[in-house]
Amino acid sequence: MAIKVLIPTPLRRFTNDQASAEVNASTVGEALAALDAQFPGIQARICEPDGRIRRFVNVFVNGSDVRSLGGANAEIKDGDEIGIIPAMAGGQ
Amino acid sequence: MRSIGQERLTDRVGNTPLIGLERLPARMGTDPAVSILIKAEWFNPGGSVKDRAALRIIEDALADGRLRQGMTIMDATSGNTGIAYAMIGAARGFPVTLVLPGSCSEERKRILHAYGVNLILSDPYEGSDGAIILARQMAAEDPEKYFYADQYSSPSNLFAHYDGTGPEILAQTNGEITHFVACLGTSGTMMGTGRRLKEYNPAIQLVAVQPDDQFHGLEGLKHMDSSIVPAIYDPSLIDRFVEVQTEESYDMARRLAQEEGLFVGQSAGAAVLAAIRIGQELDSGVVVVLVPDGGDKYLSTALWRPDDQPEQ
Repeated sequence: MAIKVLIPTPLRRFTNDQASAEVNASTVGEALAALDAQFPGIQARICEPDGRIRRFVNVFVNGSDVRSLGGANAEIKDGDEIGIIPAMAGGQ
Repeated sequence: MRSIGQERLTDRVGNTPLIGLERLPARMGTDPAVSILIKAEWFNPGGSVKDRAALRIIEDALADGRLRQGMTIMDATSGNTGIAYAMIGAARGFPVTLVLPGSCSEERKRILHAYGVNLILSDPYEGSDGAIILARQMAAEDPEKYFYADQYSSPSNLFAHYDGTGPEILAQTNGEITHFVACLGTSGTMMGTGRRLKEYNPAIQLVAVQPDDQFHGLEGLKHMDSSIVPAIYDPSLIDRFVEVQTEESYDMARRLAQEEGLFVGQSAGAAVLAAIRIGQELDSGVVVVLVPDGGDKYLSTALWRPDDQPEQ
């Protein structure tokens, strides 16, 4: 078991067009760092240099916005699913 | 003159004000001889520049019979064009079906529901291009039911600006405009307005604003190098491209509200930021920047969320 990360189209240039990836991690921040180890450069699109999630990005764990779960510190476990979507009113 | 009570809602589309920025340009170091003027498109009845394109697309289709009574207006739209179709469809008695990414905000869905729109949500991870692809499939499968408005390909989108926005700006500036700044989404605003301005005076500089990256938070804008390129888009018309970052555009939108009293959306922040950067390079000039919409439709998004606050 691992964590599944869903990749939105504008970030798939980092993932060889893969729509999802698998990582091992216990927090959202670790998961994004592990994603970056597989696909260098992707984390800087999602996070500020200090690790906080960029203002316009929504990260979900099993459908819940991580801003309400502690942001990058939100804890995750095997089998969870992380989604990354640019936050827009009309949808990107 | 129409008699009393004969004015139609759609008569109020276009003829928007041109408002000068009073403080921000000077605070950011532009020369007092440079005017930065806002084409205030949130004064349209549906609240955005998209009323112009949507109205022209629908009127042209009614005129040549592509849209007939009993048909449904359908398109892929992540925002303002959808609201414009919804308003005009209701005002003219046509049902409206819209395909939009499932990631759209609850308030956006409610606005469209309020106008009676049939919403079809596409895969949020496939973005606006995913919505376009689904809309094309639906149109191809049922051409008798749907009038596929297709804002990305419709010449009517461009003509709305060629016949409306362009002449309005020339009249409002007495022809003295030196630069026109607009964001690229469908590119209809820039293609139509830009053509009209260049015909009047080829020295008028056309400045297109784009996000700095494919992964951005500037609603309505497209990063042309990495998107389905609209059929109406002709980059050779544009003199200059300015790239802006999402966060700095949000900051500018907030400054416009707080320092100028202009409560506008994130694309406005992007466009005005680019316009001020152009203005900073000039000794004199009249820079017109098109502001697509107001800030109210983004209240639930990161644009107006206090920083570093957990979302409730």
